[in-house]
Amino acid sequence: MTLAPAFSRRFLLAGAVALTALATAPALSAQEAQKGGTLVLASVHKPRHLNSAVQSGVATAVPAAQIFATLLRYGEDFTPQPYLAESWEFSEDSKVLTLKLRQGATFHDGSPITAEDVIWSLGVVKDNHPFSSMLAPVEAFEAPDPQTVVIRMKQPHPAILLVLSASLTPILPKHVFDDGQDIKSNPKNNLPVGSGPFKVVAFEPGQHIILERYDGFFLEGKPYLDRIVIRQYQDANSGVLALESGEAQMFPLLDGTRLIRRLEKSGNLTVTDKGYAGIGPLNWLAFNTKHPALSDVRVRRAIAHAIDRDFVTKALHSGLSKPSIEPVAQGSPFHTEDVARYDFDLDTSKALLAEAGYGEGGKPLELRIDYMPDVEEQQRAVAEYVKAALAKVGIAVTVRSSPDFPTWSQRVSSYDFDMTMDQVFNWGDPVIGVNRTYLCSNIRQGIIWSNTQQYCNEEVDKLMNAAGVEPDLAKRQQLYAQAFKQITTDIPIHFINEVPYHTVYSQAVQNPPVSIWGTMGPMDEVWLKQ
Amino acid sequence: MFRRILRQLLYAAALILAVLVLNFLLIQLAPGDPAEVIAGEMGGASAEVMAAIRQQYGLDKPLLTQLGLYLGRALQGDLGMSYFYNRPVVDLILSRLGPTMLLVATALGFALIVGTRLGMLASRNPRGIASALVTVLSLVGYSAPVFWTGLMLVILFGATIPLFPIAGMIDVVKQGGLLSRVLDIAHHLVLPALTLGLVYLAQYSRLTRASMLEVLGADYIRTARAKGVSERQVFGRHAFRNALLPVVTVAGMQFGAIISGAVLVETVFSWPGLGTLAFQSILARDYPTVLGILFFSTLIVIIANLLTDFVSRLLDPRLAGGR
Repeated sequence: MTLAPAFSRRFLLAGAVALTALATAPALSAQEAQKGGTLVLASVHKPRHLNSAVQSGVATAVPAAQIFATLLRYGEDFTPQPYLAESWEFSEDSKVLTLKLRQGATFHDGSPITAEDVIWSLGVVKDNHPFSSMLAPVEAFEAPDPQTVVIRMKQPHPAILLVLSASLTPILPKHVFDDGQDIKSNPKNNLPVGSGPFKVVAFEPGQHIILERYDGFFLEGKPYLDRIVIRQYQDANSGVLALESGEAQMFPLLDGTRLIRRLEKSGNLTVTDKGYAGIGPLNWLAFNTKHPALSDVRVRRAIAHAIDRDFVTKALHSGLSKPSIEPVAQGSPFHTEDVARYDFDLDTSKALLAEAGYGEGGKPLELRIDYMPDVEEQQRAVAEYVKAALAKVGIAVTVRSSPDFPTWSQRVSSYDFDMTMDQVFNWGDPVIGVNRTYLCSNIRQGIIWSNTQQYCNEEVDKLMNAAGVEPDLAKRQQLYAQAFKQITTDIPIHFINEVPYHTVYSQAVQNPPVSIWGTMGPMDEVWLKQ
Repeated sequence: MFRRILRQLLYAAALILAVLVLNFLLIQLAPGDPAEVIAGEMGGASAEVMAAIRQQYGLDKPLLTQLGLYLGRALQGDLGMSYFYNRPVVDLILSRLGPTMLLVATALGFALIVGTRLGMLASRNPRGIASALVTVLSLVGYSAPVFWTGLMLVILFGATIPLFPIAGMIDVVKQGGLLSRVLDIAHHLVLPALTLGLVYLAQYSRLTRASMLEVLGADYIRTARAKGVSERQVFGRHAFRNALLPVVTVAGMQFGAIISGAVLVETVFSWPGLGTLAFQSILARDYPTVLGILFFSTLIVIIANLLTDFVSRLLDPRLAGGR
């Protein structure tokens, strides 16, 4: 096979990255790492099952990333590293990705992990995973030999590398799962045979998950921990108490800012906001753009100007959340400052309202705001604040609560709302978690976290679709920047803040999971000082 | 007698059927459905995935068809598969029944023994300090919300003075033999049982005190005392036994309502019982599990009522005679 210049460059780049990653991170941790010990992880997220090939969400992702290997992994930036695949290369036209698997890798039942298993697993994800955009451009998965996987795409799909990491595309044993049952409800999803650093030995729904080190793991000497126990608590308060009493050693995905502030004062615990660049969690105010008043962009802008993000982040969130101004989180490679901003300015807000015929001397404006239930600080508190803030510019807002998630979800997805607070994750690449909110083609009634704002701007679609297939990172960034500028100008959504997820861990925990995926990535390098 | 038992059983069967139908229909009135929960946990799902979920669980069928299918399966002892946990509902419930029974039985036992003793103590001298103390303690125990009591105990004995674990039924990190496991469960049981028990204790002590005072004023007690029966016997044998009747009735009713009683305590302490399962299933719109729990709850109420009736007859032979 002859390598074209562009192909060679990519190949060399990937190879260099692979070698650097291999030579640095493991070596550093291997110098000091102690083997053994049980890491108890406090969690409030309760998974339905443990197979992340057919289930998204952090509840499943955290254990699944330990149970299943993926082809690639990520460190603290968005540079892919080898994992089950030791190298990878794109074809010259970027439509074919070829990955070489490690020799000798085995599933937890001892059988070898082959390219056949990998392509079967990727097929399962393509057919069943809720994020259908992840592998939508793939035309074929091929396994020319047991160690080689070829992914053929109908168009360049730069998000593919990220898709092959974390728990988004777990490698499943075909001989176990391909049993004729519907994989989404296969009982084997509860105690799956995996391919990652830890094997699952117990899963009591709503109680705990016990993971044990897999001695046959393909990365020699890893993992360091004997066991990881994920204990599920009913609420964050209980989890924090468990951390304080020493019952648990780590609490990831904690967003209660008062609790975080309290834990910061503890001398025995470390608090970090690293490990969440991948999911990019945003807290925002969404508008129903078909509402008679909110269909007027001036009204939406007036509302935005009346909301003081600083008050939300500093007062409501104890200074722990960051203001958000665009469709991606600040840690994203596509973050840009060049967007339409809506600084807190009541005079501008009133002027815009007057221009639209509302406010003093105009028509009275009454709106309703919904919020996602059971998310107190990020959703309910901000909704209550929005009510008070908009009263200052003459908009009467009623806060409508929902007793549970399905009620809120049904209201929003059936467009039975004026404005709603919402919490949405980027999932690393706009193709996975951002496009869905803005594309005209994704206005799908009944589907939560689709384009429920019913916003449509063909120019935005064009830019986002072009960015999705652009292999050159700089050009992609430029295209997304243009799209984000247009979106923020049209303001179907007013971005409020980034969800202040933090991981808190005891001083015994070394090499904490602070990659872009945090605890949703493998914890094979975490160890306990004994 | 046989006809009476038969009639009671028929009533029970009709009640269970009515509960099944009513709950099935009631739960459908709420907006949204389990597919929304599953999609929510997935971080959103496409229309195709949502349709597949609805088809998989039969949610795409007409309501009456769903009801008919459910009742047909329930009659055969199959309460369906949990939408959320992807396991048979019967297995889920049976795995959670033990922990709830353990918690409630311990709490009730503690409350019955201590509460009735305290009530007796208070009734000896209704104007004394002991009586006043019991009354105040009962009032506090009765009026304090159970979740608040639980949280205070968690903070005090789980965090400030970490004597007891604050969540779960076992320490999954520790490994050991049967005895160590039993001790571990007992260790975990202290705070939740105490929390739940304190509420019952308050009720039983007040009830016993009031009941004892009433009985102690009865003619037969005066007669016993006039005959020279010792005060210990008057209290323990003549008065207490009769004063216990209302306590047993209340305890029976409470045992029947174990799930409602345990939901808050189990939630605060992450106790792996039916209460926690009910709470999580309701939030997840896990219809088969919610219906299954209600079915079991109904069964327990019926059984508890029958048992209460039986114990009351044992305590008061007049009832056994049908008079």
